[in-house]
Amino acid sequence: MSVATQDTAIRTGRIARAMIYLVLVLFALFYVLPLYVMAVNSVKPLSEITGGGMMALPEVWTIEPWLKAWSTAQIGVEPTGLRPYFWNSISMVVPAVAISTVLGALNGYVLTKWRFRWDTILFGLMLFACFIPFQIVLIPMAAVLGFLGLAGSTSGLVLVHVVYGIGFSTLYFRNYYAVFPTELVRAAQIDGAGFFQIFWRILLPSSGPISVVCIIWQFTNIWNDFLFGASFASGDGAPMTVALNNLVQSSTGVKEYNVHFAGAILAALPTLLVYIVAGRYFVRGLMAGSVKG
Amino acid sequence: MQSKSEVDFRSRLQIWLPKIVLSPSLALVFVFVYGFILFTVYVSFTDSRILPFVDKNGDPTFSLIGFTNYEKLFSLSHWEISLTNMAVFAGLYIVICSAIGLLLAIFLDQKIRGEGLLRPLYLYPMALSFIVTGTAWKWFLDPAIGLENIMQSWGWVSFSFDWIKSRDFAIYTVVLAAVWQSSGFVMAMFLAGLRGIDNEILKAAQMDGASNWNLYRRIIIPQLRPAFLSAFVILAHLAIKTFDLVIAMTGGGPGRATELPATFMYSYTFSRNQMGIGAASAVIMLMTIAAIMIPYLYSELKEKT
Amino acid sequence: MGFLDIDNATKSYGAVEVLHRVDISVEEGEFLVLVGPSGCGKSTLLNMIAGLEEISSGEIRIKDAVMNGVHPSKRNIAMVFQSYALYPNMTVGQNITFGLEMHGVPKGERETAMAEVAKLLQIEQLLDRKPGQLSGGQRQRVAMGRALVRNPDVFLFDEPLSNLDAKLRVDMRTEIKKLHQKLGTTIVYVTHDQIEAMTLSTRIAVMNGGYVQQLGTPKEIYDTPANLFVATFMGSPSMNLIPVRVRTEGNAVYAVTQNSQGQEISLTFFQPSDRLRSYDGQEIILGIRPEALTDVEGADQRSAHVERLENMVAVTEPAGSDTFVTTTLGGAECVARMRSDADVVAGKQTVFAVNMEKAVVFDPTTEQRIL
Repeated sequence: MSVATQDTAIRTGRIARAMIYLVLVLFALFYVLPLYVMAVNSVKPLSEITGGGMMALPEVWTIEPWLKAWSTAQIGVEPTGLRPYFWNSISMVVPAVAISTVLGALNGYVLTKWRFRWDTILFGLMLFACFIPFQIVLIPMAAVLGFLGLAGSTSGLVLVHVVYGIGFSTLYFRNYYAVFPTELVRAAQIDGAGFFQIFWRILLPSSGPISVVCIIWQFTNIWNDFLFGASFASGDGAPMTVALNNLVQSSTGVKEYNVHFAGAILAALPTLLVYIVAGRYFVRGLMAGSVKG
Repeated sequence: MQSKSEVDFRSRLQIWLPKIVLSPSLALVFVFVYGFILFTVYVSFTDSRILPFVDKNGDPTFSLIGFTNYEKLFSLSHWEISLTNMAVFAGLYIVICSAIGLLLAIFLDQKIRGEGLLRPLYLYPMALSFIVTGTAWKWFLDPAIGLENIMQSWGWVSFSFDWIKSRDFAIYTVVLAAVWQSSGFVMAMFLAGLRGIDNEILKAAQMDGASNWNLYRRIIIPQLRPAFLSAFVILAHLAIKTFDLVIAMTGGGPGRATELPATFMYSYTFSRNQMGIGAASAVIMLMTIAAIMIPYLYSELKEKT
Repeated sequence: MGFLDIDNATKSYGAVEVLHRVDISVEEGEFLVLVGPSGCGKSTLLNMIAGLEEISSGEIRIKDAVMNGVHPSKRNIAMVFQSYALYPNMTVGQNITFGLEMHGVPKGERETAMAEVAKLLQIEQLLDRKPGQLSGGQRQRVAMGRALVRNPDVFLFDEPLSNLDAKLRVDMRTEIKKLHQKLGTTIVYVTHDQIEAMTLSTRIAVMNGGYVQQLGTPKEIYDTPANLFVATFMGSPSMNLIPVRVRTEGNAVYAVTQNSQGQEISLTFFQPSDRLRSYDGQEIILGIRPEALTDVEGADQRSAHVERLENMVAVTEPAGSDTFVTTTLGGAECVARMRSDADVVAGKQTVFAVNMEKAVVFDPTTEQRIL
C-alpha cells in the first residue's frame, strides 16, 4: 500500500474517504462539463441544440459544423471560415516562441553565470514587465506599430509577443541555470571554452526540460492572447482568438451554436494537444511562473 | 607584439560578451515597457483623442491639460461601475479559487487512487484561451439553449437561470467561468506546497495526538503561507488584467453590468476616441498591479540573492 | 623567484578586503596545501591563481610571467574541483579531451594523450561512460585525468576529496600523493582537513581571516606553530593549552600551574630561551600536544627531557590504537594520548609523563609563540 514517493502520514476513515472521492469526482465533472458541451454540440445539427438537447449525445452525427467553422463560416465580411486565421496564429506563434525562448536562454545564462553589478535589479525590471496590465502599453504600441508600418501585420504581433514574452522566458532559464553548478562553467573556462562555447557545449545540452517548459508556456500564452490581437490586428491579419470571437459575436443571421463550438475547439486544439502530450512540463511552467523557485 | 594585442582583444571581448548579449533584451524592455509606460502616463495628461499624435502638417493634435483626465475619469459612472465590478469580481475570484484550490489539493493529497487521472482534468482549463472558455460558458448559461432550457426539457418546468442576462447577476457568471479556468492551477500550487511539507513533522504531530482537523489547521495550512501568498498575487494580477473573458462572455453587458477597468480602457481608447481618459485608466490599473507585484517581486528576488 | 609566485596579492569586494597581502613562493615540484576553516580565503586565493577571480592588488606569476588579467585557459593550469565538475552530457573520454579540443589540439594527439592518462589512472574501461554512471571515486579519477591530460605547469585542487566517504578519501589521498611523487608536478591544494594537509604537502600555508598565519613544512607547522590559531587548528585532538606562570630560579625556568586538585605543581622548561625568561612572573600559555602528555611507558624514549606529574583521570576513551585520557591542568581540560593498554581508570590518580622537549609557549595577549 505504501507509495515510496509520498507516504502521507495522515489516515482517514472509510466514510471520510468516500466523501473525499465524491467531492473529487463532482469537481472533475464540473471541469469536464464545458468541454463535453463543446464537443457533443459541435457534432449535432443546430435544431437538436435549440430543442433543449444540449446535454444529450447527438441523435444525428454530423461533421458539418466543423467544416463550416474551418472553411466557410462568415468571419467579419468574408465567408472564409477560421482557416486563414489559424495560419495567422501559427505564423505568429512559431517565430515569437523561438525568438523569445532563445533570448530568454541567453539572458538566463548571463544573469546567473556572468553576474555583474545591478544584475538582480535588471532582472527584476524584466520580470515586472511580465505582470504589467498590457493596457498601459497599448496606445504607444499602436503608435509605434503604425510608425513602423507593422500595424495589422503578423510581424507586428511577433514583435509584441517577443517583447512581452522575454520576461517569462528569462525567468525560466535564470531559475534553471541558477542551480546549474557554476563549477562546470569554471572548469570549462579553464579548459579554454569561450562565452558561447560554454553555453553551447556545457549548458545547452542540459537545458532540454526547461526549454520544453519555456516553449510550452510561450506557445500557450501567445496562442491564447486576445488583447494584442484585437488591438493591433483585427482585420485579415487577426489571430485565431480574435477570429473566433468575431464568429461568436457576429450579430447577423441565425446563431449557429454548433459552428461556434466547433470553432472554439479548433481554437483550443493546439494548446490542448500540447497539454495532453506534455502536461507535466505545462504544469512545471505554471508553477515556475508563479512560485519563483 | 601583434599577437599580444590580438589576445587582448579576444580577452576583452570575452569580458564584454555577456553584457552585449543581454543588451538587446534590456533595450527592448526599457523601450517597450518602461518607455511606453512613461509615454502612456504622458498621454494621460493630454487631451489626445485618436492616433496619430501629429496631423499632416506635423503639428501635434493634442495639448497638455494636467489632471483633467483623472478628474473626468473618476466622475464617470461607467468607470465607477467598472471599479465596483472589479472589486466584486476580484474578491470572489480570489477567495473562491483559493478555497476550491485548497480543498482539492488537500483531498488529492490523501493517497487518492486515480490522482494521475483527476489532476490533469482539474488543470486543463488553464491551457485554454479565455475566448474559448467564454464561448463555452456563454452558451451553456444562455437561457434559450443552455442550463435553463436543459432543466426545463428534463421536466423541471419552473427552473429559471438567466443570470448571464441579468444586470444584477451577470458579473457572477463571469466569476464562475474565471474560477472554472483558474482554480485547478491554484490546486496545483497548493498541492506542490503540501508535498513539500516534511512528513516527519506530520508524524511527530500525530504522536502528539493531533487530530486530522488540528493537523491541517495548526500544522499544515500555516506552512502553506508561501503558496497562499503566491496564489494571491497571481490571482490578483490575473483579475485586474481580465479582459478577454468578459469580451467573449458578455461583451461588458448587459448594459454595463460586467464592465471591468480593462474593458473600459479598451473601449475609451479604441472605440470612443477618448484616448486621454483611456490612458488615465490604464495608469490606474498599472498602479494597482504595481502595489501588489513590486513588494512581492522585491521579497522574492531579495531572498534568492 | 619561484615557479609560482604570489606576491603581495590581495582581494577585496568593494571596500571589504577578504585576502590580505599574501606572499607565497612555490618551487617547481612542490606540493603546497592551503588549509584553514571555511571563509578563511583559501578558495579565493586558489581561484585567483586559476584566474577565476581577479586580483585586486599585487601580482601572481607563473614561471615569471605575470598572470594578472590573463584568461584562465591561457595560464597553463588545470584544476580539480570539489564537485569534480564533470560535464554531464559528455562521455568520460570527451570530458578528458574537451580542454585539448578547445585549445585546438588535433584529434589524433588528443586520443593519444587521453589513452596515456586513462592508463595512468586506470580508467580505460570507463572512457565511453557518462559521469552519471560513475562512482564517486571514479569521478574523482576522471577529474584528475582531465587535469593531467593538459600537462599543465600548475595543478590546482579545490577540496577534491571532501565529497568522498571516509575510506575512499584515505585511498584517494594516497593515490594523489603517489601521482605527485611519480610525476613531480607542482600542486596547489586547498582543503579544510588538517590531516590531508599534513599527509600530502611538502609545505603548508595555514590561513585564517584572510591572512596566511604560517607558511612552512608540515613538521614546522606541527612542532612549532606560529600562534595559537595554528596550534589549535592543526593536529587532532588539538594541542592542550594550559595557563601557567613563569618562574625563574637561577638557570632553571619553571611553568607553575595547578593539578586537578588545585595544588600547585611546576614543570621545568627544556632549554628556555631568553625571551621566555623575560616573562618571569607573568602568565603565559603552555602548549602540549596530546602525544607529549602520556603514560610513563608510552613516553618518547629519545626525548631529552620528560617530566612526570600525578593527576586525576576524568574520562578515558579507548580508541583502539590509543587511549585518550582527559584530565585537568591549570583549570584547562587536557587530552593525553596513552598506549591502548595503559592502566588508567576514570576517577583515579595516575602518573602522566610530559615531554617538555616538545612543549611550546604562547603570549596570551598577542597569541604569538614565544620563541
